[in-house]
Amino acid sequence: MTTTTAPTTERRTAAPAAVGRRTARKFVVRVLFVVAMVLVGFFFALPLAWLVTQPFSSTPTMTVGWPDWTLDNFSVLAENPYALRSIGNSLVLGLGTVAVVVTLGSLAAYALSRVRVPGRDGLLYALLLLSSVVTGTAAMVPLFQLMVATGLVNTRTGVVLALSGGVLPTVIFILKDFMDSIPRSYEESARLYGARPGQILRHVVVPIARPGLAFVAVWALVQVWGNFLLPYILLRSPEAQPAAVIMYTFYTESGQADLSLISAFSLVFSVPVILMYFLVNRRYGFRFHGGIKS
Amino acid sequence: MAAITTTALVKEYPGGVRGVDGVDVTIAHGEFFALLGPSGCGKTTLLRSIAGLEAITEGTLHIGERDVTNAEPGERGVAMVFQDYALFPHMDVADNIAYPLKIRKVRREARRAKAVSVADGLALDGLSERRPAQLSGGQQQRVALARAVATEPDVLLLDEPLSNLDARLRLEARTFLKELQRDLGVTTVFVTHDQAEALALADRIAVMRSGRLQQIGTPQEIFQRPVNTFVASFIGSTPMNLVETEVHEGALRIGEGSAPLPEGVRVPEGKAVVWGARPEYLRWSTGQVAVGIPGEVSVTENLGAATLVSVVSGDTRLQLVVAEEDAPEPGDRGWVEASPRRSLVFDAATTERI
Repeated sequence: MTTTTAPTTERRTAAPAAVGRRTARKFVVRVLFVVAMVLVGFFFALPLAWLVTQPFSSTPTMTVGWPDWTLDNFSVLAENPYALRSIGNSLVLGLGTVAVVVTLGSLAAYALSRVRVPGRDGLLYALLLLSSVVTGTAAMVPLFQLMVATGLVNTRTGVVLALSGGVLPTVIFILKDFMDSIPRSYEESARLYGARPGQILRHVVVPIARPGLAFVAVWALVQVWGNFLLPYILLRSPEAQPAAVIMYTFYTESGQADLSLISAFSLVFSVPVILMYFLVNRRYGFRFHGGIKS
Repeated sequence: MAAITTTALVKEYPGGVRGVDGVDVTIAHGEFFALLGPSGCGKTTLLRSIAGLEAITEGTLHIGERDVTNAEPGERGVAMVFQDYALFPHMDVADNIAYPLKIRKVRREARRAKAVSVADGLALDGLSERRPAQLSGGQQQRVALARAVATEPDVLLLDEPLSNLDARLRLEARTFLKELQRDLGVTTVFVTHDQAEALALADRIAVMRSGRLQQIGTPQEIFQRPVNTFVASFIGSTPMNLVETEVHEGALRIGEGSAPLPEGVRVPEGKAVVWGARPEYLRWSTGQVAVGIPGEVSVTENLGAATLVSVVSGDTRLQLVVAEEDAPEPGDRGWVEASPRRSLVFDAATTERI
């Protein structure tokens, strides 16, 4: 008994000091961590604060300040002949690209997931690598010449096709992973009951892959929404320009950036994407089961 | 009549691996037939070939009078329950069961009604609005069965039907499955790696190994008269004692004693054979017997109503099942007695039964 109690009492006396020291250090680390995170968060919150305050200020500046909550900037925006139309143009380009990309991407991803193609993974990685070239700066001249040659320059179809080409490889890559996670027995079961491939895709694969499709749709929309270079080069008439390009033209007569227009327009510009995010998030919750492998 | 006949059926994968290698089976109408074997023996491949999910490389497959070797899966009149049940997670129970009818363009009300009536027959009443994820394993299995049964198939295929259930539920599901099959009278083929399941459920069993058939027979035949040492060792919940020995003066030398030759078996003196005796058919005796194998008990394992006793005799280890009241203790000495009616000899070279 004595031999066993001696060490435990010793440990008991030693323990509180050590534990105390450990908690103190943990506390300090925690405080430092929180302070650092607040600084980082503040840094990222500043532009957002600008975005929600300056559109409502009568004299918008590049700094963040408490606004006087006026809607004057928005009425100026409403009178601008190109501003609201450009949002519509952006929607047309975005939804067009999403439609092309989701349709083609899901078909391609399904096929690549189910059919053994030699060198499949190499092909996918090559496409992924080259996709940044398609919509990248280096390919602009040949892309422009291609569009002129095919008569697609200054058409929305041309822009949608070019944007789709840039986005599609990534979409296929992500969707293939989703499709891979769907057990084949679902499809085999449907096949046994006489379902044709098209029916299997519609009844079984697409409904199960729906979170993946939703994610890809939002992602593709965001890609197109913020894209400046491609529509800027391929669309010549200001009536067809999307919002990202039109914003570039908001200058006062003296050549200064027209901050009242830009601030209000920025807010309007960001609303559809935020809405879409919340809509999809609410419906599908962005559960990445079988999503991107890390 | 929906009998299944395969003739020299071969399924060869790219690369030359033969999943099924020349199988001839005839499964009678209404029969409950088991494909049994260890993993990778080709039993699931054979089942999938019958379903049409694997293209048959050589040979023919008939269901009833019809040659369905190259028919589409949907045109064979087969229904299959997958090992993972393959219930569509985005459909409720009734839609799952009604899915085959949807493909057949049955109207929505009619197929929902059919689904509900089939579900009620399988003890799924009141669950038709649930999603598969909200069901227990046993319920999921019954939904999968209901979906298969709702198509009124000529042939029902079950891939490892009980392997995803826990041990207790498995026994219940086994009885349920056997009753269902008898009531429907549908030709049923199921795949299992569990010999107890095959023995309990099937009218006849085909034992497979490396894509080839080893033996086809009733559970009794397979259990009592295995054709070779592979089947002998694979069947039985406690593995059969297999001892390499040779014939000596009309008996078999086993450890430090001997066992009688099985009845009606004539083997030339000195021939190398493998003696096989099931633990259930060996007797333990504390007193001297005329022909027996003396040995010492090394381990006893409790099986509930009986005890599995390991006996060491020389460098031979034998296992036997002893009723609980006669169970010896480790270290006890005694004699193992084999019955000439219940023991087997196999040719040591070919492993075939003599």
